[in-house]
Amino acid sequence: MATLPEVSAIEQAALRSDRFRLAREGDWKRLEAIVSRIEKGQLRRLSDEDVLALPVLYRTVASSLSIARETSLDSATLAYLESLTQRAWFQVYGPRQSLWTWLGRFLGGGWSAAVRAMSLDVAVALAVMVAGVAVGWLLVASDPEWYFSLVPGQFADARVPGASREVLQGTLFGNDGKDPMSAFAAYLFSNNAQVSILAFALGFAFGIPSLMLLVQNTATMGAMLWLYNGQGLLIDFAGWLAVHGTTELFAILLAGAAGLHIGRAMAFPGDKSLLQATAEAGRRASLVMAGVVLMLVVAAILEAFARQLIDNTAGRFTVGGFMLVFWLAYFFAFRGRNDGAASP
Amino acid sequence: MSAALPTRLRRSDRDRTMVTPEGIALPLTLASRGSRFGALALDLMFIGLLMILTTIALISIAGGTAALSDPSQHGPQIMHALEFLAVIWIAMMFLFRNAYFLFFELGPRGATPGKRITGVRIAARDGGRLTAEMVIARNLLRDIELFLPLVFIMSASDGGDSGAAGMAALAWFLIFAFFPFFNKDRLRAGDIIAGTWVVEAPKRKLEAAMSAQARVGAAASEAAVKYRFGDAELSVYGEYELQTLERVLRENRPDALRQVYEAICKKIGWTLGGGDEYAFLDAFYTQLRARLEAGMRMGKRKADKFAGNG
Repeated sequence: MATLPEVSAIEQAALRSDRFRLAREGDWKRLEAIVSRIEKGQLRRLSDEDVLALPVLYRTVASSLSIARETSLDSATLAYLESLTQRAWFQVYGPRQSLWTWLGRFLGGGWSAAVRAMSLDVAVALAVMVAGVAVGWLLVASDPEWYFSLVPGQFADARVPGASREVLQGTLFGNDGKDPMSAFAAYLFSNNAQVSILAFALGFAFGIPSLMLLVQNTATMGAMLWLYNGQGLLIDFAGWLAVHGTTELFAILLAGAAGLHIGRAMAFPGDKSLLQATAEAGRRASLVMAGVVLMLVVAAILEAFARQLIDNTAGRFTVGGFMLVFWLAYFFAFRGRNDGAASP
Repeated sequence: MSAALPTRLRRSDRDRTMVTPEGIALPLTLASRGSRFGALALDLMFIGLLMILTTIALISIAGGTAALSDPSQHGPQIMHALEFLAVIWIAMMFLFRNAYFLFFELGPRGATPGKRITGVRIAARDGGRLTAEMVIARNLLRDIELFLPLVFIMSASDGGDSGAAGMAALAWFLIFAFFPFFNKDRLRAGDIIAGTWVVEAPKRKLEAAMSAQARVGAAASEAAVKYRFGDAELSVYGEYELQTLERVLRENRPDALRQVYEAICKKIGWTLGGGDEYAFLDAFYTQLRARLEAGMRMGKRKADKFAGNG
């Protein structure tokens, strides 16, 4: 009985295009209902039938739209079909990759492939960082006054030119009695992550500010290396730094390289259009950046816990060296499942 | 292409076309700058609110912990508890600042709550899949576009030093804020890096078919008999006028109906009394549409009254 008035409505419609529409609007409304529920985040509550029907209905509605465009002048229906096709398109071709699958692919090869794809930028950033350390060292060696402009106040507490060997040694060792500083670790992470996001984002200005940020940060390190070298503590300081530094500096290196990668794509887009080249580089670089944040979590944990627990230089070098080898192997030797996943 | 004929009345410079993998050209409308600004303001408000609520909640928990226990006995434990709360606070602040946009834009609507309210969403510029990398890239850039200069301006004005540094931060902020004004797709820096754009997310209800509404039936066929238009009378109008007429009929406002009725009567040279405008216009609409659609099936289209009868 229920279908009877519908049939008669179709027959009653005066226009052929309206009959076309009335015969198909059941499918349209069903698709609209499914899409609305997905948009509300109720994907799991959809029945299997509806989930299977989604791509089929999408194609039905898309073909209805093509036909309606050629045969109908009902602009309300056309606008409805356009909007419905668009909404369904966003769901059918949307980011239907769950966070977990994304993470699995990211760790299982996507990240390291993206890093390898920008090895030239990594090499440049590494050279810039080494140069930054050298500049910091040389500036302070020529005039110790430079130390105060290179090293921010928070590090220049007791660690100033002219400090005695005992004071400097005290800053490196003898903290093993203290509790692990988890709040400090969280602060370090948050701070470093913000700095490396900055190094990446500054790549937008053709990569030059990214490099300047790298130089500025490593010059501080160069100045402090000079300070400890003056008291014969260079190796101990390097060990103190290496525990977390191999991870943290590597992360900052990658962030700078990611920024440079974007800057380079903007300056030299090659055969592609500027926007296309920038977008491709941006996607690859953002993949690297997601990893950088992960590395900084590891670095902060190492800095706040491992450095307090291991109170001798040899042990610190072991941990730092292991982390360095681990990252290098992961990025450059590990090929994973999906090579070239940088732009999926 | 014939698909370029108007399928909606007003065309603006914000209209773009996206081609789906099925080869269907879908019209998109870029979000206006106003709605994007509104969305951002709403999102920042939500983030601020979340931050304040989290801070208040954690402070009250910390206060409760300190008040409940005896410091002489549980000194280290209290310190550990407070430190744990501090870790949570720092992590939450980091997440609110960086993950808020990521979380919502990766969802099925591709929009943050602010964008949902203003009716916009993000989409891939090339018509392909919106990927996680795109969303990450466009939101990392937000840091230099927005948060960095804002923090800088605030700290500059805080210390009373609103000189050169404050001006530089302001200039920096303005360059990125006005980025969408200097390219035709209204991209901000993050959109350029990610290959995304922000479009309107339309949601339309299916309206009743004009020639098959419930009230149509006996009355309409009667009107169709009463008002029968000749070929010459119908051939003066095209698709544009048909759409205008459709809108007027759907809105069903007496004064608008009256005006259109008079205009059509004048144009086709009919003189009728008033009082039956709707039935007249409905009959005219149905017959005009039947004529134009018949033309379409033969491959002849008439865009508006100025176009020739091809």
